[in-house]
Amino acid sequence: MGTEEIMESKGDLRAPISQVPHTIEKPKDTSAIGGMVTVEINEKKLSVPLGTTILEACKLAGISIPTLCHHEDLCVAGVCRICVVEVEGMRTLQASCAFPITAPIKIRTSTPMVRKARKHVLELLLSEHYGECYSCFRNGKCELQSLAKEYGIDQYTFGHVNEPKYEIDNSSYSVIRDMSKCVLCKRCVRTCIDLQEVGVLEAIDRGDKTHIGTFLEKPLADVICINCGQCINRCPTAALRANDPSDEIWAAIDDPTKHVVIQTAPSPRAAIGEEFGLGAGHSMTRELNTALRRIGFDKVFDTNFTADLTIIEEGTELILRLYKALVLKEQVALPQFTSCSPGWVKFIEHYYPEYLDNLSTAKSPQQMFGALIKTFYAEKAGIDPANIVSVAVMPCSAKKFECNRPEMRDSGYKDVDYGLTTRELAKMIKEAGINLPEMPKSNFDSPFGEASGAGLIFGATGGVMEAAIRTVVEFVLGKKTEDIFENANIIPLRGFEGIKYMEIPIGDKVGPVPKLIQTLVPNWDWLKGATLKVAVAHGTANAKKIMDDIKAGGKFSECHFIEFMACPGGCLGGGGQPIPTTPEIRKLRAQAIYSEDESLEIRKSHENPHVVKIYEEFLTEGPCSHLSHKLLHTHYVKRGRYIA
Amino acid sequence: MLVLEKNAMTEEIELLVKKYGKSRSSLIPILQDVQRKYKYIPDFAQQEIARLLDIHPVEVFSVISFYSFLNTTPKGKYIVRLCQTISCDMQGKALVAKAIERELGIKFGETTKDNKFTLEFANCVGMCDQGPAMIINERVYTHLTPEKAVQILNELK
Amino acid sequence: MENKKRKGPVLFSKYTPGEGVKKALSLSREDILFELRDSKLKGRGGAGFPTATKWTIVAAAIAEQKYVICNADEGEPGTFKDRVLLLEYPELVFEGMVIAGYTIGATKGIVYLRGEYEYMLKSLEDYLESMRKNNLLGKNILGKENFDFDITIRLGSGAYVCGEETALIESLEGNRGEARNRPPYPVNTGYMGMPTVVNNVETLASIPHIVTKGGEWYRKHGTDKSSGSKLFSVSGDCERPGVYELPWGTKISELLKLVGAKNTKAVQVGGASGVCIPKSQFDRTLAYEDVATGGSIMIFNESRNMIHILKNFMEFFVEESCGQCTPCRIGNVKLLEGVEMIEKGEYKFSYINQLKELGRTMQVASKCGLGQSSPNAFISILENFKEEIFNGNGGNHGK
Repeated sequence: MGTEEIMESKGDLRAPISQVPHTIEKPKDTSAIGGMVTVEINEKKLSVPLGTTILEACKLAGISIPTLCHHEDLCVAGVCRICVVEVEGMRTLQASCAFPITAPIKIRTSTPMVRKARKHVLELLLSEHYGECYSCFRNGKCELQSLAKEYGIDQYTFGHVNEPKYEIDNSSYSVIRDMSKCVLCKRCVRTCIDLQEVGVLEAIDRGDKTHIGTFLEKPLADVICINCGQCINRCPTAALRANDPSDEIWAAIDDPTKHVVIQTAPSPRAAIGEEFGLGAGHSMTRELNTALRRIGFDKVFDTNFTADLTIIEEGTELILRLYKALVLKEQVALPQFTSCSPGWVKFIEHYYPEYLDNLSTAKSPQQMFGALIKTFYAEKAGIDPANIVSVAVMPCSAKKFECNRPEMRDSGYKDVDYGLTTRELAKMIKEAGINLPEMPKSNFDSPFGEASGAGLIFGATGGVMEAAIRTVVEFVLGKKTEDIFENANIIPLRGFEGIKYMEIPIGDKVGPVPKLIQTLVPNWDWLKGATLKVAVAHGTANAKKIMDDIKAGGKFSECHFIEFMACPGGCLGGGGQPIPTTPEIRKLRAQAIYSEDESLEIRKSHENPHVVKIYEEFLTEGPCSHLSHKLLHTHYVKRGRYIA
Repeated sequence: MLVLEKNAMTEEIELLVKKYGKSRSSLIPILQDVQRKYKYIPDFAQQEIARLLDIHPVEVFSVISFYSFLNTTPKGKYIVRLCQTISCDMQGKALVAKAIERELGIKFGETTKDNKFTLEFANCVGMCDQGPAMIINERVYTHLTPEKAVQILNELK
Repeated sequence: MENKKRKGPVLFSKYTPGEGVKKALSLSREDILFELRDSKLKGRGGAGFPTATKWTIVAAAIAEQKYVICNADEGEPGTFKDRVLLLEYPELVFEGMVIAGYTIGATKGIVYLRGEYEYMLKSLEDYLESMRKNNLLGKNILGKENFDFDITIRLGSGAYVCGEETALIESLEGNRGEARNRPPYPVNTGYMGMPTVVNNVETLASIPHIVTKGGEWYRKHGTDKSSGSKLFSVSGDCERPGVYELPWGTKISELLKLVGAKNTKAVQVGGASGVCIPKSQFDRTLAYEDVATGGSIMIFNESRNMIHILKNFMEFFVEESCGQCTPCRIGNVKLLEGVEMIEKGEYKFSYINQLKELGRTMQVASKCGLGQSSPNAFISILENFKEEIFNGNGGNHGK
């Protein structure tokens, strides 16, 4: 067949994604000639860096332009055509989200042609959207609804659908797809392929038959979906939503024979205020406790408690692995990966099953709590565990999958019965007629009362690592964490950079080691002079980068401990968090979490007296012992990447 | 698919990736080659192509579903594509279509039970001055009449 | 198959294989661009963009790799001129690519051949092989040091939308054939992000003539704003369908006489995305300044039902739309529904006017040329054939 030419490839072999932006990079030095361009928007002159899109320029000028397919976290699409504006000299209208400014142009954002186009686009979308607003979970929070209201749509000019065109896919524990509501903005595609590198959703077929589908149109539970729910957070309509168990939880609450307990995680507490009209960044921890009791939960526990426990268990595991590797010279899986993110766990089970041994065997805080509640707590409170309904409020949609994993039954019962997201809990609170911000503050219930700040910061990316380092530093170096890091805030591990790397030199002095782990290893001198290398990644795209680097024997294969979070931003950006999500909102949520941590007295997991107590009373053999392995540790499944 | 078949297919695809290069721009030539040989692109092949090009299976599936000449379900040995655009339509495509359907016993969009023929409509194939026209695999037939079309099909049977 | 054609004075004028490249290599790049500018050649695919401008921008760009892409995805209904050029005059097309490569500084040329033309693949590959033997392709072409150029043929897979230049590039990159946002244009960011020239087969075939005979000679034909000649693919109700080379500025009525069209009611100029010219406008000229076209001429006589024709076009667009942008994906469906309503006789004039407004929005708000031109047929047929369609004068309703 003639000369077979090797096809071209762009840079690294990772394929260009469906909506790769072909816009112009902004110049590094805008003061150079040509660095800034003067444009005229609605007859107002404005100077912007070269390559700024019209949408960004209008934002600077304070002019609002409606958008639908545009999202701050994602690459440019330019497919909905709602953001079109008139550019003088061009016959066609231009999508402001995609048009880079390279010359002094005149832009008009509200001419008859533009207004007509916007109305038509909305009417066309409405003509195919199976909108049952009254019974839709996005009623009042739907971008299509808001646009229709803003542009005064008052009739279905091009008709309307009365029957759903597609069947709902509710095969997955976590994510439900209702394609009859989809507006083909492709945000989910860009999120899943581009942002998360999981690759579950893409546009299938062509023309009017186009719809978003999975590989071979299989149900979501049968493809490699890691349940991270990032697609739900970015979907403008109700085409994607989480699997909501609140009806069953209400039934349990209303059942007098059931003892319903709930554990709350730090990220929902930092974000639930957004569902009640407060801006992002207001932590509602204590108010939430009151609200939950008023709804009817019998006990309210703090997941941070088991987060502290996770640090002890995982830190111990790391020390044991290091001992085996450095002293016993045994073949040991290093670096150790965190395992508290169920989205990340499923990711590695599918894509890197050969590295499952690197995952810490410690369960996530949610699941540890589940096991403890139906054993330790049930015993202490004198309640039959069969009557305990254990609910977990999480920012996470993957937790719904996690609590249904068959091996999560170490208590003898299903350890956690339901995973509830922040959004769903807000709905339940509103259903009970409660206005959360007005609630008086109250504390968590015993015996899992207080938790340390270290457990709290799990919600932000870098938080697990920071919590671990606060403890490890004291365990191993015998110094106070505050002596090394000001105020025990390990700043290099904070922030939203995709991958963070840090080295902690251990030096000559080791110990004294706390009583809890004294009997773990014969001596501690082997740590002298070592350098602890750690890394943090958030978003599975960054996880993939690190894993590929480890596979190739790169820098990260020499790390000892790596924190992986499936969701961008860490748990605070989880798939169950309030919609919308933007970099700004995630930053504010992180600030709320870190300031709540600073406000607490106890900031290190091993200083939490309740944690110490549980090892004395219940897990008497110590961390990573037989009993703690039975209840607090788990195993994983090699799932592989083949779907059919 | 049997393990042996799977291994054979993996080897084939590895050869194709070597031939065209490991990059996304090789995707469509690879798919075309697989399509030519098997008359469709099997599920396992899609996943192997995705793995070897470092993209996701759903992206391969999406590209296949976009193009009319690539498909994920098996089609017949001879794919008969009859042009339905206006010039051929005006010159008598409707009668030719009916004749073909009668002869093969299937409707357009279907495949014969013995997997020999698949009937499809195509959009303008560039034979407007000599319509009605149809393409069967890589050969094009023009100036069709119901009789001539049936004769062509019979020769292929 | 037969390729009936009428040879005109430009494209089908005498040409010896190889002479174009030979002449080009003796000139400098600037000289060639000068001739091109002088010829005022415009793109022959239908969009009519000045070729010299395109080439100049790419020639001036600094990049490690540039490409020349020949758009042989001739999918517009009624167009078959490129088929004739590729089968019978491959020397013109391929040498045009070599000259383009020399002028803009590209070493790689790609021909995107539509999947339906797979039957000509072997003959084209054979011709390329013979060019390589004659050192018209490969390294140091015709002895010119450091000028390497080679051509690969890539097949399409049955998508009309891949005729749009950015959708074509997306298809070459292994993606769905979905048009890109422009700007940036392929001349800046094209195939693989590199500066790329995408030209129609006919445009490239004109290049060797321009280079050998000069830009001035070229623009002697045609009109002032539309220089040179055009290949028209004529089909439909006429005695002599085929490819006709005529100078720009020819009147539609002249063309109809030439092809032996009788009792003509309408002429669709520019394919399904063109306009439908009624009898009253047959003295309009075929030129960029009047009725522009990529070359497709479909002739309908009095016996034809205009609604049936319009339905055929709208069904075409509904199927061939790539489906990414809202106005085209859903708009075309709505226009088709409107046509079906008219066919059944169940419509309101107010709604049909709403659809015409929608068509006007699609013409400016769609992301690419497909959505921007699909309403052309809708609006022009409903406007120009009002009497027949709505007032039932002539034509066959419901057929």
